[in-house]
Amino acid sequence: MTYDAGHYDVIVIGAGHAGCEAAYASAKRGAKTLMLSLNLDMVAFMPCNPSIGGPAKGVVVREIDALGGLMGKVIDKTYIQMRMLNTGKGPAVRALRAQADKPLYIQEMKSILENQENLTLRQAMVEKLIIEDGVCKGVITETKAAYHAKSVIITTGTFMRGRVIIGDLSYESGPNNQRASVKLSEHLEELGFELVRFKTGTPPRVNSHTVDFSKTEIQPGDDNPRHFSYETKEAILNQIPCWLTYTNEFTHQIIDENLGLSAMYSGMIKGTGPRYCPSIEDKVVRFHDKPRHQIFLEPEGRNTEEVYVQGLSTSLPEFVQREMLRSIPGLENSEIMRAGYAIEYDSVVPTQLWPTLEVKNIPGLYTAGQINGTSGYEEAAGQGLMAGINAASRALDKEPFIMDRSQGYIGVLIDDLVTKGTNEPYRLLTSRAEYRLLLRHDNADLRLTEIGYKLGTISEDRYQGFLEKQSLIEKEKHRLENVMLKPTDQLQQIIEEAGGTALKEAVKAADLLKRPEMKYEMIEQIAPAEIDMAWDVKEQVEIQIKYQGYIVKSNQQVERMRKMENKLIPANIDYDDIGGIATEAKEKMKKVRPLSVGQASRISGVNPADVSILLVYIEQGRIAKVSND
Amino acid sequence: MEKDTIAAISTPIGEGAIAIVRLSGPDAVEIANTLFDGNDDLTKVDSHTIHYGKIIDPTTKEVAEEVMITVMRGPRTFTREDVVEINCHGGLASVNRLLELVLFEGARLAEPGEFTKRAFLNGRIDLSQAEAVMDLIRAKTDKAMNVALKQMDGRLSKLIQNLRQELLETVAHVEVNIDYPEYDDVEEMSNQMMISKTKQVYSEIERLLQMAKQGKILREGLATAIIGRPNVGKSSLLNALVHENKAIVTEIPGTTRDVIEEYVNIRGVPLRLVDTAGIRETEDIVEKIGVDKSRQVLKESDLILLVLNYGDELTKEDMHLFEAVEGLEVIVIVNKTDLNQKIDLDKVKQLAGQRSIITTAIIEEQGIDELEDAISHTFFAGELDAGDLTYVSNVRHIQLLKQSLQSLDDAMIGIEEGMPIDLVQIDVTRTWELLGEIIGDTVQESLIDQLFSQFCLGK
Repeated sequence: MTYDAGHYDVIVIGAGHAGCEAAYASAKRGAKTLMLSLNLDMVAFMPCNPSIGGPAKGVVVREIDALGGLMGKVIDKTYIQMRMLNTGKGPAVRALRAQADKPLYIQEMKSILENQENLTLRQAMVEKLIIEDGVCKGVITETKAAYHAKSVIITTGTFMRGRVIIGDLSYESGPNNQRASVKLSEHLEELGFELVRFKTGTPPRVNSHTVDFSKTEIQPGDDNPRHFSYETKEAILNQIPCWLTYTNEFTHQIIDENLGLSAMYSGMIKGTGPRYCPSIEDKVVRFHDKPRHQIFLEPEGRNTEEVYVQGLSTSLPEFVQREMLRSIPGLENSEIMRAGYAIEYDSVVPTQLWPTLEVKNIPGLYTAGQINGTSGYEEAAGQGLMAGINAASRALDKEPFIMDRSQGYIGVLIDDLVTKGTNEPYRLLTSRAEYRLLLRHDNADLRLTEIGYKLGTISEDRYQGFLEKQSLIEKEKHRLENVMLKPTDQLQQIIEEAGGTALKEAVKAADLLKRPEMKYEMIEQIAPAEIDMAWDVKEQVEIQIKYQGYIVKSNQQVERMRKMENKLIPANIDYDDIGGIATEAKEKMKKVRPLSVGQASRISGVNPADVSILLVYIEQGRIAKVSND
Repeated sequence: MEKDTIAAISTPIGEGAIAIVRLSGPDAVEIANTLFDGNDDLTKVDSHTIHYGKIIDPTTKEVAEEVMITVMRGPRTFTREDVVEINCHGGLASVNRLLELVLFEGARLAEPGEFTKRAFLNGRIDLSQAEAVMDLIRAKTDKAMNVALKQMDGRLSKLIQNLRQELLETVAHVEVNIDYPEYDDVEEMSNQMMISKTKQVYSEIERLLQMAKQGKILREGLATAIIGRPNVGKSSLLNALVHENKAIVTEIPGTTRDVIEEYVNIRGVPLRLVDTAGIRETEDIVEKIGVDKSRQVLKESDLILLVLNYGDELTKEDMHLFEAVEGLEVIVIVNKTDLNQKIDLDKVKQLAGQRSIITTAIIEEQGIDELEDAISHTFFAGELDAGDLTYVSNVRHIQLLKQSLQSLDDAMIGIEEGMPIDLVQIDVTRTWELLGEIIGDTVQESLIDQLFSQFCLGK
């Protein structure tokens, strides 16, 4: 017996990083939205490392912000440390990373959501979906409340049939000893979902009073911190450092001796773990010759003494964790506050989704975040945002938004998931993006603000500010393309000090700026602009001029991609009718149902010959149609 | 699989000892059997067997041809369909008649490149192999045949794959540095390491391109022009080369110029005697030498045979000829040693410089062996053997290799200019993609279009 608990446009199940962005974006777009969480004290909880951003992931946070999402704004208000990584490399791979104040992050996020128009937060455990005529129409909770909606988004992370494992101890649980979501997982199976078992892990946390930081190396934040959100104006003072220490042969010996007790090696864990984020026992076994591994000590907030021991993810028994920790310089007397654990969970095989994140076989149902086989807060948040946008589109009868691979890392992420699937928890890497130079953290606003504005997630004010920035960049680039700089003594001196070779004749300011050693400020000294410009305008001008050659090349690549992307595959295509396509490729395409030849070409197991045949086939069909007419 | 059966003459149009008509498709064996009169029922014979018999014209009941028929059942065939090859006597008339009969029995005339297209569509071959097949058809000599065969084996593919692997490893190294900036597990890829890697691949591609030139010559023949004043013996030289080496006279139809090219095979080096019509019919090439067009002909030649008259003093025209061939590959032939010497040989040596000088009396059949030695030497530098090398002998491959070089060049310039390594890597990745296109790893639709329109009839 259920009772009618209300009608909404969009229901979001889960309030993690995906759920928060999904609910917020949906509400912002004007859809009446309900967010259900099984524990409202855990909204946007970070069950693993206390950091946000880094290579590729940091760009995702910027993209979320450019589309009006929350993650960037919230971390900018709650960080304890901010660092720009890869500063020695090119602009495309520079990456911002923040250390978060975990409890504060939760508070800040929850507060914003509570005050968002159109958005309702409620504590509830969802057990079932309401499916009518194959279409998802709402959810039913364990307290028998039936909520009705036009779209439902599942963002249940690692909760589905979650199982925590520490040594030989194993129990049903979501992360951090929360309740696991069992019935929903079973329900999805009944609905015909293909689920897969993944595994991830987290290291122990120790009490900072028991750490001797003098034996470690300090890792301070940046003096002039940059921020994720384009709206953030003020920096947080008093950053807190992280600390670096190393494992040693004693640590490795302890691990070796107790390997049989590790759930990873005793056969207790069946799920597939991520290769890029191995447990310490994995690292020691696979790289046996390596004398030491890095361990970063990361404070979990300003008002907590818990320190996250990054690099020591493990499923060894608690007593071995303690012994292992105490073999590490600085941690000799450390006291564990929370033990490390491995967690296994069900995730949805993401090739069951359209690029909108809607489930192919159940219209109205969307899945986003770790449930789709990803790992990482940023990957989850990016999907959540897109699912929120598209679920609202469906409810409000608007156009869906699919980000392509040249528009953002979020586009790369979702295309990879729905096209290729994943055999392990998926993490974004810069190398997954073929147009990396175009997907910089510094130009996320230039790429996406316009879209956000049209979707209704970016405010008028912010949009006007963005238009002004855009026009200033163009004007200044134009000016530098036309200003001639004479080889005056002053200029020659500037060039010499920068380590360049002297000018022989007058040059265009833009051409001079293209020299690797030259910076915008140097040009500015000789030929200042008439109007004062913000630093981020100057940065854009410098990057766009300096790397113009490479940017042009990348754009050409995008053009080539678009050609294939624009070759749409008819929805009613019968792959069995196409002779010559390898059986494996045929099966894969039937499953993925790619929307374009471009997408088809990215399916693993579909080789170039298959793509050619597909092209010929579609072309033939087109020709046949024309001649029939 | 296609539903109809196609047929075509799969040997080059022209005179040969044998010619082959090939059928491919579900009715290939049936069609052949209808026309065949021999000891075996072709529909019952083992696959990949050859059968002797006669072809009977079904309307006149007369014997049309004496043939050997090979029956090959799919999928272990070139197209993966049932394939029948009918070997008949060479000669346009007989092979054409055979084709007509086959078409009469229900086969359809294959479109250009259709056999290969079917092979490709049926997943039989990859792109580089498909193109090698094309070259196979064009191959004019045994040596070229070898190169084409090796390429089909995937030797080129393997070479390219190795190069790609090298690049991929370099790229991966850079990626690790980017995605894990704080980890000390991996050494930072320096510009120095990057440049040594790119240089290594660069020189490999250069080597492939150098061999490509020889590959092209093997396939298309060494474009050879015979020049000289009137009456120095050009025609006799041509005839001597042609008669000794069984020239294949090929008329290329459809071209307005109606050019006649002659192929001769000299010690494994295919010679394409270009513009021989000009040499034959007009003796005034010397007068025209100043004309741009003649210079153009010379420039397009891989080899020039410059003929002088032993029995004559060197003339101004001879001097002009030497000037005209400046910087080109030339063999100087001093002909008519049967006459009294009037030519100043020291002067000739001086004019010839490093080039070989061969003295001949072509009318007396003297000096021809030496000339053939010289030609073979010019091409193979006396030691190169096509059997040992994988030639890149396809225009598209050569184009892609050149683009790869350009891309690597860009990478190296980037390194020298102090560009960040992740930008330099864009060009390295591009090179990797370009090389991938050669073996069909990154197919573009335009490539497919071009590929199939470029195929010639038959295999």
